[in-house]
Amino acid sequence: MTITKTIFSGFGGQGVLVMGYVLATSGMHDDKHVTFLPSYGAEVRGGTANCTVTVSDEPIASPVASFPDFAVLMNTPSLVKFEEGIKAGGIVFLNSDLVELKPKRRDIQVVSIPINSIAERVGNVRSANMVMIGAFIQKTGLVSLKSVIRSVKSIFETKGSKVHKMNTLAIEQGSAFVK
Amino acid sequence: MAKQVFKRPEALKENTTHYCPGCGHGIIHRLIAEVIDELGIRDKTVGVPPAGCAVLAYNYIDVDMGEAPHGRAIAVATGIKRTRPDLVVFTYQGDGDIAAIGTAEAIHAASRGERLSVIFVNNGVYGMTGGQMAPTTLLGQTTTTTPGGRLPLRDGFPLDLSQMLAVAGGSVYIERTTVTSPKNIIRTKKAIKKAFQVQMDGLGFALVEILSQCPINWKLSPVAACRWVEEEVVKSYPLGVIKDAREKSN
Amino acid sequence: MDRRLMCGSHVIGEAATRAGCRFYAGYPITPQNELPEYMSKRFAKMDDAIFIQAESELAAINMVMGASMAGVRAMTSSSSPGISLKQEGISYIAGMELPAVIVNIMRGGPGLGNIAPSQQDYFQATRGGGHGGYRTIVLAPCSGQEMVTLTMKAFDLADAYRTPVLVLGDGLMGQMMEPVTFPDPIDPAATLPQKDWVLDGAGGRDSRLIASLILDPIDMEQHNWKLAGKYKAICESETRHESYLLDDAVLAVVAFGTAARIAKGAVNRVRKAGLKVGLFRPISLWPFPEKELKALSSTIKHLLVFEMNLGQMVEDVKISVGEQATVDFHGRPGGIISTPHEIAGEITKLIYRYDTG
Repeated sequence: MTITKTIFSGFGGQGVLVMGYVLATSGMHDDKHVTFLPSYGAEVRGGTANCTVTVSDEPIASPVASFPDFAVLMNTPSLVKFEEGIKAGGIVFLNSDLVELKPKRRDIQVVSIPINSIAERVGNVRSANMVMIGAFIQKTGLVSLKSVIRSVKSIFETKGSKVHKMNTLAIEQGSAFVK
Repeated sequence: MAKQVFKRPEALKENTTHYCPGCGHGIIHRLIAEVIDELGIRDKTVGVPPAGCAVLAYNYIDVDMGEAPHGRAIAVATGIKRTRPDLVVFTYQGDGDIAAIGTAEAIHAASRGERLSVIFVNNGVYGMTGGQMAPTTLLGQTTTTTPGGRLPLRDGFPLDLSQMLAVAGGSVYIERTTVTSPKNIIRTKKAIKKAFQVQMDGLGFALVEILSQCPINWKLSPVAACRWVEEEVVKSYPLGVIKDAREKSN
Repeated sequence: MDRRLMCGSHVIGEAATRAGCRFYAGYPITPQNELPEYMSKRFAKMDDAIFIQAESELAAINMVMGASMAGVRAMTSSSSPGISLKQEGISYIAGMELPAVIVNIMRGGPGLGNIAPSQQDYFQATRGGGHGGYRTIVLAPCSGQEMVTLTMKAFDLADAYRTPVLVLGDGLMGQMMEPVTFPDPIDPAATLPQKDWVLDGAGGRDSRLIASLILDPIDMEQHNWKLAGKYKAICESETRHESYLLDDAVLAVVAFGTAARIAKGAVNRVRKAGLKVGLFRPISLWPFPEKELKALSSTIKHLLVFEMNLGQMVEDVKISVGEQATVDFHGRPGGIISTPHEIAGEITKLIYRYDTG
């Protein structure tokens, strides 16, 4: 595996861009080539949000993913929009608390995680995206857990140690769920 | 021994102006130069001349000068002043320059309270281009683009930019004067000095609107042109202090 | 070295600051809003730096003009329609021989167009853009790291030649995040050479004038010849380009900025299939690396120009190589981002057409 593209998609407010940013930052800490490309324009403010992260062992030509290897889909519209483009043999990560449909394709692997429920158990539904990141890393091995923890710590630096503890726990719970 | 009672200001170059007979620009240039001398700021003054008849103001006023595109003098001046707040920066603009193509720059600089001194010369026509209608042209006034006289619902009403700028939160001092008589010239000089002082005190935006005469484009003799200002133009643009918030700003 | 993941617009802002830029004026327009936002935040922490959100693009470029007259390194930025509005000011800046850096994060056009990545302003950028026959140096980065080096270089070139310099990116370059490292910031007051032409008050010297009005045609012609001499010097010393896998190539893709990045991916792809293809990437779009491309065409007989527009740089390529090589064009206007796969297909077609495989 030399070049891997992942799409993160969901409602604005679900922390979709943060997930992508965490992955890209972690890849950077792992000394990989990375790009992070947010969807931008009027639609990013409040509506659906998505971003594409490329992690690669060689320089990255295009940061765009026509056929992503992985798709992290946080709501139903995201599944409708991105299912068809996922590479055969790719993995789709679904937020099973919110995604009401099942993927139609049989040539992709589906990992369903009730991230909202897990996050609520951890203490705050707002860390659902961290649960998802934990599951994603465990399943794909795309970047090291150590780098993810480091990235999350620096991204939420100003929020204090309580938030960091909760994020770390959420990542561990997500990871444990798919082990 | 003879006592010298009148001399050329230091800040005025020894050139003959290119202005038409009876034009107000020459007087206004001299007043600015006298004020610069009296405030002792020639070595830290930068001027921004307009497009229009006074585009060559730098041939007469002997300070550093930086040209601006038509209407953009205040934006250029803002760039200079913000970069070097220790300098004293003035713009010199006609009515077309500041009240038509450069209205947005004027209003927003006043809104931001830019520490600038604006000399706004209002003669009611585009002089250099040959006497077309200006935003300040009086109703009924004939120009080369209002051949039968300015009609409000075709050509617009005369625009009182100074009143508009007075509404802006950052404008501190705005006065309208004229240069038609020695008394008015002295008043104008005082107003210009105040406008510079407001900037030097760091208070905000200051502007002097000077009703000036353009005998050639008005097709009047110099004397009749001055009378026209005093009898007709002032009806639309009354003389006096329009805003003085110096106390409040302090 | 401390690597940071940053979007292109922020990278330009940080690089400009480190290059000693101390004045920024701009106006919101997508997809470059992150740049003024960054400058406002960055400059707020500095005593000697000025950020102004101007009332218009016109005001912004003219504020930069004033700041430059006062001697400071100054920058503005915008996206295509806003750059059109700035052109009058850029012409004055060129005519008055003032340094300034202008960033264009291009979007699809013409008109209001869209906010997707495009290269539709190549002509505008490389032909001066405004009235009066001036030129601007145009630098086109294709990665975050190159945005660092070229933005910093832009300020040096602007000062050295006293001329406006454009940094030309697109929505993808501006929005995409990549890891970058920055050199140490310079202290402009301590390290930059004194400018002996700035407007700072006529104390102990004659008063100065910075103007582009030259009424006498004889003098105006002289001024134009002076500018021509400067432009010639720039053409002789400031062309920049990248050659990639060209040594054994039978076909070269010619592309800049985002298109070059995608083309590089396509070159790697067709190389794996055994096709001898390389990439020639102009980094300075004006001056265009004409001589370098001409030299290349003595050995590589087929060129494929790929641009995210209807074909603009292709004209410069044709002028450069004349009859020495075939020049084909593939373009995607309107904000479409081609895939390396698509470009690989175009390359393969040409290899078969010219039977060079």
